[in-house]
Parts: sequence; structure tokens; C-alpha cells
Amino acid sequence: MKILVCISHVPDTTAKISFVDGNKTYNKEGQQFIIGPNEELALTRAIEIAEAQAGSTITALTVGGAEVEPTLRKALAMGASDAIRIDSTPKDAMNVARQIAELAKIQNYDVILTGREAIDYNGGQVGEMIAELLGVDSVSGATEMQLESAKALVTREIDGGLEVVELQYPAVITGQKGIAKEPKIPAMRGIMMARTKPLLVQAPIALDDATEVLEHSLPKAKGACKMIPADQVDELVRLLHEEAKII
Amino acid sequence: MSVLVYTENWDNQFKKLSFELVSYASSVAKQLNTNVVALSIGALSQEQLASLSQYGADKVLSLENPDFKTFNALQYAKAITEAAQQEKAEVLVFANNISTRAVAPRVAVKLDAGFVSGCVSLPESISPFVVTKKAFSGKAMAKVQINKGLKILSLNQNAFGLIPNAKPFVSETFNSTLATSNAKLLETRKSSGKMSVLDAEILVSGGRGLKKAENFALLEQASDIFGATATVACTKPVADLEWRPHSEHVGQTGKVVAPNLYFAVGISGAIQHLAGITSSKVIVAINTDKDAPIFEAADYGIIGDALEVMPKLNESLKTFKSKS
Ligand SMILES: Cc1cc2nc3c(=O)[nH]c(=O)nc-3n(C[C@H](O)[C@H](O)[C@H](O)COP(=O)(O)OP(=O)(O)OC[C@H]3O[C@@H](n4cnc5c(N)ncnc54)[C@H](O)[C@@H]3O)c2cc1C
Repeated sequence: MKILVCISHVPDTTAKISFVDGNKTYNKEGQQFIIGPNEELALTRAIEIAEAQAGSTITALTVGGAEVEPTLRKALAMGASDAIRIDSTPKDAMNVARQIAELAKIQNYDVILTGREAIDYNGGQVGEMIAELLGVDSVSGATEMQLESAKALVTREIDGGLEVVELQYPAVITGQKGIAKEPKIPAMRGIMMARTKPLLVQAPIALDDATEVLEHSLPKAKGACKMIPADQVDELVRLLHEEAKII
Repeated sequence: MSVLVYTENWDNQFKKLSFELVSYASSVAKQLNTNVVALSIGALSQEQLASLSQYGADKVLSLENPDFKTFNALQYAKAITEAAQQEKAEVLVFANNISTRAVAPRVAVKLDAGFVSGCVSLPESISPFVVTKKAFSGKAMAKVQINKGLKILSLNQNAFGLIPNAKPFVSETFNSTLATSNAKLLETRKSSGKMSVLDAEILVSGGRGLKKAENFALLEQASDIFGATATVACTKPVADLEWRPHSEHVGQTGKVVAPNLYFAVGISGAIQHLAGITSSKVIVAINTDKDAPIFEAADYGIIGDALEVMPKLNESLKTFKSKS
């Protein structure tokens, strides 16, 4: 099984967000960057599967500048066989998807995994765009995944339930919480080995951006919380009715 | 020219989200001085289809070919693309939800369109085309310009609301053929007929502070008192502990909700949880710890033991409901 896991390099989930450059750019100063939580789970599941199937390989891929390399090294430490960095600063999902599809066309991966969404721009577009560019089937928002030798069995969440879908290879699957129980934590040995695993830098193809971020803003600050004594729940109900007019 | 809105159905019914999408599409069409075409896939009654014209659809395209009975991203994307081409759509509107998230990116590729997902308001200008979306899991907003002739927008549920705008009901059948796909739907497992946390107008949500699964009965009771538009939600650890199903887990790695009223009971207010709830109109927090971060996000707060406060609150709500 030849698996590609596309990883986003994103600010830690607890990061306080601010902007520079006239609010155009996200302020990376002093921020910790991580493998996006959805991709981390997808990668964990891929590693579990590859460990049980001799001869499997997992390539971790990120589209980004040199600053994303520690994130790819972490993926290698978790258990990816090798890594690729496509040397382009991501601005638009279509651009990222085209960069990845270009590479995937040559590499013949059986399965391409991404996360349900990256937690910076929450686009949720890249995986399905890759599938369309390659003309292959896909399942998005997978909460369980079995990769058997001839087919994949994937469970996805739908409104009000679950669906089990069978896919032939090649296929694209976007993963979310549930696909693996907990993200794998790299062991010391994995961290040592990661240093010598191959990390290839690939030149991007020239593309226009279909969309561009002009400016960011922060949500309006909330007013102070109105405190109600615990023995006056009637007062809360009155406020919700008369003041907030919500019930 | 037109604005094409894809209106998904649930067991051959539309729901509030469908009308919200048509309302939004219709306002975008007004900006562009053009018509709104709604596309439905499935065997819906004329009455259902006609309901879309109540929110501004000038025409309803209905794809009733039984080949399209089961959802398939690749096949639905082809049909929607063909409808967009037939109607010379310059803007396509989708919901930013589970199933259309699988389709809209494919349509963007097919039409070489610029796609902004998670929009929260109308485009602020149409030339250049600029629209605002949520970013950083609700911690920020981003103003995005689309540089392509064709634009795709996906709207966050409850971000826009309903705008009734009755038009004469005009419908047309639409047909398409299936693209080749090797995906096979093996099984559908419906969870109880309960409302999804995404559709609920009132969410009574509980965290680890409720101590055990059985205590969620207190939240179920509150939800029952509110009635059919309310349901129970939870934090990630609560779902991980299997006190509640994962489908109820709210936050950065769960569902991003936008109810009118969100009760956070025994929830600390971790940043990853807040990422899922900040679009709620009103937040009520009940927590024993006066310093819990949830109070910074809340509009109303009670410092107290949920196991003591909730029974009293339920009584008070019951009295209120019986009077109103
Ligand atoms: C990558 C990542 C993603 C995550 N994604 C999510 C997510 O999507 N959603 C999410 O919810 N979390 C998420 N988390 C977890 C998050 O960081 C918090 O751990 C979690 O939200 C805390 O849940 P809680 O409020 O139920 O529990 P706790 O933090 O343990 O809080 C319990 C609260 O209950 C109060 N309490 C205790 N007893 C009582 C009582 N008797 N009455 C009233 N109050 C009481 C306590 O004062 C406390 O404030 C994520 C974490 C990571 C690292």
C-alpha cells in the first residue's frame, strides 16, 4: 500500500491570533506550529495500517516554505517513511490541491489522505479538489477507515447518522476525529530515525491564485457576563425572556 | 446569468437551512441584478419544491432521475456543474455542511471557479468580488477576494437567517447521467430521530463537570422542556468518555454550532471548545469555578453546582413554559 498523507502546518489550537502587515498576514511571531489535528489523526491511522501490512509506505507532504520542515520531521518521527515539501507558500486551496495533484499523477499513490479541514482557514477543500483533479472517488469526514488489499472501507458521518462506503484504489479520504483514537506520540527512537529519513524539496508549478485574503479582523469583544446568584434561577429565566428575548 | 443554489434535502424534505441558503442566494442575486435558480436532487413533492420560491427562488430545477438516489460526491458534482453551465451561473451557493463540503470543491475544479467556504455575510462588493469568512476556527474573520469569473460561496448555517420573498413557483425538470464511480454505499446507520446539534436553536451542553453519564438526564430534561428545537450537546472529553455520542461533540474538532441559545453546564471553556460556540447568539454558563474561562465567553452566568442548579432551573423553565 502506497499512502500519501497531506499535512497542514498550522498554529497550535491554543494560539492567540493576531495579525501584522495592515491585518493582511497572520502573526507567526512566538507561535508554536503543529500538524493539524485532523491530519495528525489521519496520519496515525495510516501508520497503524502500514505497520500491519509489510511493504507499505507512507509519504508525508506539506505545501510550504522551509519553516514547515519541523512539522514534516514530526510526521517522520511518528512513523511516515519519507516526506516531501512542495516549496510554495500556500495562499489558496485550489493552488495547494493542484500542486499536490501534479505530484500524485506521477507517483500513483493508492490512497491520499488529508484532514477534514485545516484549522487556520477552515477551508475543507483540498482533499476533494485533489480527488476531482485526479478523477477518483473520495470520502470526506471519515470517522473510521480500513484499508484492505483490494478496497477501502470507510465510515463517514452524515446528518443524523453514519454511512459505510467501499472505495476502490486509488481514492482520496479526508479524516477527522474518530479515524484514530489518539494521535500517535513519537517515541525517542522515532525522533532519532526521523533525522535521517528523506525529506525531498520539490519545486512548485506556476499557478495563479483563485482567491486571496485581503484582510483579517478579530470578532467583536463580548460584553461582560451578567452574573446571577445560584438561588435565583427564576431571574435567569426572566432575563432570557425579557432582556435577551431568546425564549 | 444567474445565481445557482444547491438545496440538499433530508428524506425528501427541505429544512430551515435550505431556506436560509435560498434567502442568501437571492440577496446575492439582487446585488448582481440577476435571477436565482435552485437545484434539487431527489424525488421531492411539488409542495416541497414550491417552498423554495417563498424565499426568492425564481426557478427550481429538479433532478429526479432515480440513478441519483444515493449521494456520491463525484456524481453529484457532475450534475451540479451541468446545471450551473445550463443556467450560466456566475455565482454558486452551497451550505458549508457535511455533504456539500464533499461536492463544492469538486465543482470548483470542474468550473475553474474561485471558492470561499464558511461565508458569514453577503459579499461586501461584487467588483472586485469580496466576501467575509470565518477563519482560525472562529477566532478571526478573513476578507477574501475572488479572482475568477465564476464564484462559489458556501454559507455557515445560521449566519444569515431567513428572508421571506415570495415569487411565483416555476419549476423545470433537469436531467443528467452518472459519472463512472467505483464507490459503493454499503450501509446507512441512522442515529435516533433526534435533531442534529447543527440544526438546534437551543443547545443544552454539558462538560466533565457533570461527573457521570447519568447526570446528563438533567440536560435532557431541560432540552425536553424547550421542545423540538432543542437538543443536548457536549464537550470532547465527554464524548471520549462515551458519556455522550460523538455526533454531539462541539468545538474545533467536533461541530461548529450557531444556536440562538447555548447552555454551557460544567464546561470549563477551553479555547478548542469555544471555537465551536462563539457564533451562538446567547451563551449561559453554569460552573462551580468563578474563574472558569467560559464566563468570559458567556452573556449570563451562574456560579454553582450544576447538579443543584439544573433541577431548579428545570422547574423554573417548566413554570415559564406553562405560562407562555
Ligand atoms: C487538538 C485539540 C482539539 C480539541 N478539540 C476540542 C473540541 O473540539 N471540543 C472540546 O470541547 N474540547 C476540545 N479539546 C479539549 C479541550 O482542550 C478541553 O480539554 C475540553 O474542552 C474540556 O472539556 P470540559 O469543559 O468538559 O472539561 P474540564 O475542562 O475538565 O472542565 C470541567 C468544568 O466543570 C466545572 N465543574 C466541575 N464540577 C462541577 C459541578 N458540579 N457543577 C458545575 N460545574 C462543575 C469545573 O469548574 C470545570 O470548569 C481539544 C483539545 C486539543 C488538544
